[in-house]
Amino acid sequence: MAHTRGVHGGSKTVRRRRHAPAPSPHGHLPVYGGRFTPAHAERLLWRAGFGPGRGEAAKLSRKGLRAAVLSLTRPHDRSLHGPAPTTQNGQPIAPYDAWGEDVLWWLDRMVRSRAPLVERMTLIWHDWFATSNDLVNSQRLMIEQNETQRRLSLGSFPSLLAAMTTDPAMLIWLSGADSTKQAPNENYAREMQELFTLGAAQGYSERDVREHARALTGWTSVWSQATGQRENFHFDAKLHDDGVKVIYGHRGRFGWRDSVRLALEHPAHPRHFVGRLWSYFCPEPLSRRDARAAERLYVSSAKRIRPVVEAMLMHPLVHSGPRMVKPPIVQIAGMLRGIGRYIDTDAWAWESNLAGQMPFYPPNVAGWEADRWLNTGTWLARFNLCAQMIDDARALTPGGHRRGAPVDPRRLAAQALDFWGRPAVSAATRGALVAYAKSAAVDAASASWEREQYPALALGALRALVVASPDYQTS
Amino acid sequence: MSGPAPHRACGCRDYNRAELLRHAAAQAGRGLPAIDPGMPVPAGTGLSRRGFLLASAGLALSVYGAGRALDPRVFEEGIAQAAAAPAQPVLVSVYLQGGIDAMSVLYPAGDPLYARYRPALGLPEGAGPAFSEDPRLHWHPQAAPLAQLHGEGKVSVMPAVGYADPDQSHFTSRHFWEVGATQTDLLTGWMGRYLDLTGAPDNPLQGLCLDESLQPSLATARMPVAAIDTPSSYSFYARDVWGPPQEIMYDCFDALGGVGARSGDAAMRQSGQAALMSNALRRQLTPFQADPGGSAPALPAGYPKSDDHFPQRMASVAQLLGAGLPLRCVSVSTESVFDTHDNQAEDFNKGLDAAAQTLLAFQRDLEARGLADRVLTLVWSEFGRRPQENASGGTDHGAAGCAFVIGTRAAGTMVGEWPGLAAGLDDLGNLRATSDFRGLYCSLLEQWLGHDAAPIVPGAASLARSRLVR
Repeated sequence: MAHTRGVHGGSKTVRRRRHAPAPSPHGHLPVYGGRFTPAHAERLLWRAGFGPGRGEAAKLSRKGLRAAVLSLTRPHDRSLHGPAPTTQNGQPIAPYDAWGEDVLWWLDRMVRSRAPLVERMTLIWHDWFATSNDLVNSQRLMIEQNETQRRLSLGSFPSLLAAMTTDPAMLIWLSGADSTKQAPNENYAREMQELFTLGAAQGYSERDVREHARALTGWTSVWSQATGQRENFHFDAKLHDDGVKVIYGHRGRFGWRDSVRLALEHPAHPRHFVGRLWSYFCPEPLSRRDARAAERLYVSSAKRIRPVVEAMLMHPLVHSGPRMVKPPIVQIAGMLRGIGRYIDTDAWAWESNLAGQMPFYPPNVAGWEADRWLNTGTWLARFNLCAQMIDDARALTPGGHRRGAPVDPRRLAAQALDFWGRPAVSAATRGALVAYAKSAAVDAASASWEREQYPALALGALRALVVASPDYQTS
Repeated sequence: MSGPAPHRACGCRDYNRAELLRHAAAQAGRGLPAIDPGMPVPAGTGLSRRGFLLASAGLALSVYGAGRALDPRVFEEGIAQAAAAPAQPVLVSVYLQGGIDAMSVLYPAGDPLYARYRPALGLPEGAGPAFSEDPRLHWHPQAAPLAQLHGEGKVSVMPAVGYADPDQSHFTSRHFWEVGATQTDLLTGWMGRYLDLTGAPDNPLQGLCLDESLQPSLATARMPVAAIDTPSSYSFYARDVWGPPQEIMYDCFDALGGVGARSGDAAMRQSGQAALMSNALRRQLTPFQADPGGSAPALPAGYPKSDDHFPQRMASVAQLLGAGLPLRCVSVSTESVFDTHDNQAEDFNKGLDAAAQTLLAFQRDLEARGLADRVLTLVWSEFGRRPQENASGGTDHGAAGCAFVIGTRAAGTMVGEWPGLAAGLDDLGNLRATSDFRGLYCSLLEQWLGHDAAPIVPGAASLARSRLVR
């Protein structure tokens, strides 16, 4: 499969500069100038979305790189298409109330949205501002935070940071609510700098943490006996410390808006923003030169997210650089898209959890550990969830092989790939699949009933083996 | 069906980044995740890892070691040889996650400023047992098991341990404690360096972590060390597949894993190695598969019944030692998280209760097995919390914290003193340290493990030793 070159294996990358690199409208970041094949479009859809639906990669590749990227970053259609999600009993889901159905609610959007980058950016912001319902203990507040992240997903980062700073789930998670003048809580002040805007030890002091904490005081909520939840999150000037603070050498009677502004104006912020955002799209860091260009682009576009994402998604490293392991929830959504299945069971919540990623429950405030998704436990889970993907309607009928007809191992492997929407795989992986098909469907079968049954059994195994392949688990 | 296991922690979970980065530790040649450029590289980064099953103990091990072929059969022999050699002293390190509030473990009811600093969280004088070595201090009611051991002369208490210029990041401070130095660039743990100097090339059990992956204090440069995963049922299921096509399917795991492992691409390699490792583990665990639906083994008497793995893991340490396995340095951490920015009264009590009961049960277990004179347990946390409580019913990150050395051979006398709230706070309002954790390590190395601290703890010559071992 020649067209997979440049996508599989960084060392084998063949750059085909048939066209001169297109000039970038954005801040002089280089633009990928090689062929934009269906395999490249497939990778782009996995990195900036949840993989292609059937035929989508070929369709996207025909647009060319620039139009393909813009179709993702400037979607015309944000509505959902296809049947509404249900549980396995056919009941509508209850995202606010039932365990795991918050995950189904979001997974459904990942599967049905025609604006996949918006959902993917929402997942990025969920990781960036990682908040866990473990502590928030309200699926409603978590979903409201998620809606905010979606609404602002490609907008202004300052708006997003301001919204997160006063978001009720975040106010619970990082102790912002009930942090008062008398006793400011440093939790949010520390993480806002360390994780959200500047990076650990990047030009701020313990004193700055404390002063930010003072500036951020005043947010509170009301405990509702009726619902047993915190409600009515609001700013109460009586709880706010309106004294003079000194943050990064600036003096003033700072409040929470100043706190957010000062962190965003800190010289270390653009570098942190670009470095962290890029890491979601590509495992190889930008060169210092390209990073500087991205930082300038970010600052000159008033810290808006969309221009930076557009430039990043056109960067050569995204298209011909190293591969990335698909996050578990991304792979699950993509498998469903590949087979054309919608949300009709709550299994995906626990399957995703076993595979190492339970949306709305990141392991800690730093989010998921994106370069360590795979180990013996999560690999097992990714394999076993294939069985769940194959519902009764998609199960194989045993003994379907016509007596006496020759078995073609290549055809069996192709059928298994076809089942998942024909993902691109390397020649070596295809070879391993074909070799398995031959040994299981041909060599192992001697009795006539075996020759009849084994091709279907082998095809069943091949479906799972495609998903077990390093090609499928990465993009 | 239930949700994920509840954490008893506040939202500040950045202590967990140690966890997060630690998982990266086993991969050769990898840097840190890019999100936190200022963070120290976790000890253990760069070690290669192999999983195998120690058949003699029925345990799945992950073995970490750098630069040598790791053949499970060699280890089986090495372990048998080491087990036959004369018994060596054992050091068990217990990490209290998240920065425990030392000022609640031993609360200064007798300090005139206590009530002012802890208006909501403060405990009355009579709530917990008196601490015999300082009339100002009382043990928290949930620390009663520790008070009991202290009364038996088996606990050395460090009421304010830390270091100069304390760092209040969970990650950085924990890193210091793990590597045994206030340096961000050290890649090996303090116990790991001890094992590098004294360990055997074929005994990974000499440095054993009861956890899913290696704790940095055990990270070595040369000698193999191991982590034990909880052995559990591990089986693959593919729909519509049975018989020989299913058996042959597992061989294809290796074929696909090989494609990934041989790839020049790091993500492909990660996937390929996971496939190879998973299939190796599947093969190794097949003879040990628990009955489907079988329950977890019962805990020995005395250990608290709990959802969390800490009591089980401590019981496993005693069991492994009882089976004669050649453990020398062991690390375990609590699953309870003591990062109590809010709701401290409830979360702290629950966590301390489980930890203290487990430590007492472990000590009794060792005594009953006749192992008590061979084992010392060091209990530590990355920092203490701020004396001034916050308005969320919790406490923020502070400086000096508490540590304990437990065992029949522990000297049983206080190291350093509790500095008092009037004079003992630094200009950020945090407790000043009256003993240094690096001096504590030097003392343990020299008095318990019988090795000069100089090549292990940087700056050992200038660090004060205390009598920790009788």
